Amino acid sequence: MSTLNPARTAREYPARYRLEAARCEACGAIAFPPRLVCPACRGRKFAPVTLKPEGKVLTWTVIHVGPPSHRHEVPYALAVIELADGVRVTCQIADVDPAKVAAGMAVKLEFRRIQQDGEAGVIAYGHKAVPA
Amino acid sequence: MSVGIVGYGAYIPRRRIRLGEIAAVWGADAASYERGLELHEKSVPGADEDTITMSVTAARRALVRAGIDPLSIGAVYVGSESHPYAVKPSGTVVAEALGATPAVHCADLEFACKAGSEGMFLAAALVKSGEVSHALAVGADTSQGAPGDALEYSAAAGAAAFIFGASDVVATMDAQVSFMTDTPDFWRREYMHYPRHAGRFTGEPAYFKTTFGAARMLLEKTGLQPKDFAYAVFHQPNGKFPMRAGKQLGFTQQQLETGWLSPWLGNTYSGASPMGLTAILDKARPGDRIFMVSYGSGAGSDGFVWTVTDRIDAVRDAAPHTREQLDDNKIYLSYGAYAKLRGKIRMGE
Repeated sequence: MSTLNPARTAREYPARYRLEAARCEACGAIAFPPRLVCPACRGRKFAPVTLKPEGKVLTWTVIHVGPPSHRHEVPYALAVIELADGVRVTCQIADVDPAKVAAGMAVKLEFRRIQQDGEAGVIAYGHKAVPA
Repeated sequence: MSVGIVGYGAYIPRRRIRLGEIAAVWGADAASYERGLELHEKSVPGADEDTITMSVTAARRALVRAGIDPLSIGAVYVGSESHPYAVKPSGTVVAEALGATPAVHCADLEFACKAGSEGMFLAAALVKSGEVSHALAVGADTSQGAPGDALEYSAAAGAAAFIFGASDVVATMDAQVSFMTDTPDFWRREYMHYPRHAGRFTGEPAYFKTTFGAARMLLEKTGLQPKDFAYAVFHQPNGKFPMRAGKQLGFTQQQLETGWLSPWLGNTYSGASPMGLTAILDKARPGDRIFMVSYGSGAGSDGFVWTVTDRIDAVRDAAPHTREQLDDNKIYLSYGAYAKLRGKIRMGE
C-alpha cells in the first residue's frame, strides 16, 4: 500500500528540507509550515524566514510500538521542540537513549530519512532533533 | 585565478561497532584482524541515515565555512556507491536542501571508492573554466560488506563535502592528476546486495599500483618531493594500506597521521581520503602543503596538491571538526543491532 504521495512530498520540500517558515508582517508571529492566514492576527501578508536549526525539548513521549515504517527504530522519543525562533515543532529525537531525554535538553535539527514508501516507493526526508 | 576549496565539512554517524564484536559472531580471530588490517572499530549509519542525509549535513557544514549564498553554487556532484535510489539522483535532494536550486548542474558519480574525489576533480575544473562561480563536490557512502566477509570488518559510513571557488579559498588546488586502468579488483553487479572482490589481487596489482601511479605523476608534475609537504592523505580501505603506501613513497608517520582516520572509522569508501583531507584542514596552518591521492576499485586514483591559505584560521571552528566527531559521543552496537540497522535480517511482511 502506498503511503507517501510524491506530489505532496515535493510540495512540502521548502518546509521539510530547508525549514522555511513565514513571518506575519502585521504581528510578527511565525507560522511553520507557512499558512495563508496568520493564526494569531488573521493577517494575510507574510515574509519568508528560515528557522534556526537549534532549540530545546519542551515535552516528549517514548514510542514503543511504532508504525511498520519505524520498526527498526523503536523505542524512540517523539518530542515537541521549541526552536530558537520560538516556533514549536513535533519531531523524533534521534541518536539518543530515550530514557535519557529530559525537558530543557538542548537539541539541534539534522537532515534525516523520515519514512519510506516500502522497498520501491519514494523516500521522505526531513529533520529530526539530535542532542546538541 | 587561484581556484580551490572555499568551504569544507564532514559528517560521521555516531554509531560504532568494534571489530571484536564482528569477529566473535563469525568465529574469527579478532586480534589477527586488528593487527592485520590495523582496524579497531567502524562507524555504522542509523536507520534514518543514508548517503543523502550525510551528504546534506556535510555540505551544510561546508556552506557555513564557505560563507557564500547557496544560489551561487552552479554544480552539485555527489559521489557514492550507495546512492539510496538506483534511479533518481542523490544530488537533487542535496541541492534542494541547501537551497541551491534551480540554476545548478547536478550529477551523481560512481567509481567505487573514488567517486568523491571524482566530484572534486570536476568541480574544481568547472570553476577554473569560469563556467560556474562555485561548485559542490561530496563523497559519501554507507557501504556494505557481505556478512562474514573481510569487507564486513571495514565497510563504514561517512561523508565529506567541499565547495570550490576562485576567491576566498582556504586551500588552493595547485595540481590535479588522474591515473586509471581497467583493473577488476572489486565490483558489485546490478541488483546484488553485496560487492565481490578479488582477494589479494586488491592489494599490490590494484590499490598500490594505482596509488603509486597517481602519486608519482603528481610529484613529477609539480616537481615536489614528499619532504615539501606538511601532510599527506591516501585512500583508506583499512588502517594498514594508506600508511604502507605513504611510507613507501617517502612520507613520514607524522605527515600521514592527521588524515589517517580508518583505524577507528573504517573504510568510508567515497568519503575516505576526502574525510582525511577535512581532518587535515582542521589542523593545518597557513602555507601548509597537502598531498592527497584517492583510490577507487576498477581502478583509478585522483591526485591533488593543496596549499592552505590564511583564511583557514577564520573558518576552521565554524563547523564541527572531523577528529572530534570520530572520538566523541559514540554509541556502541551489538552485532544483532548492527545487523538490524544494516538490513541484514530478513523481515516478515
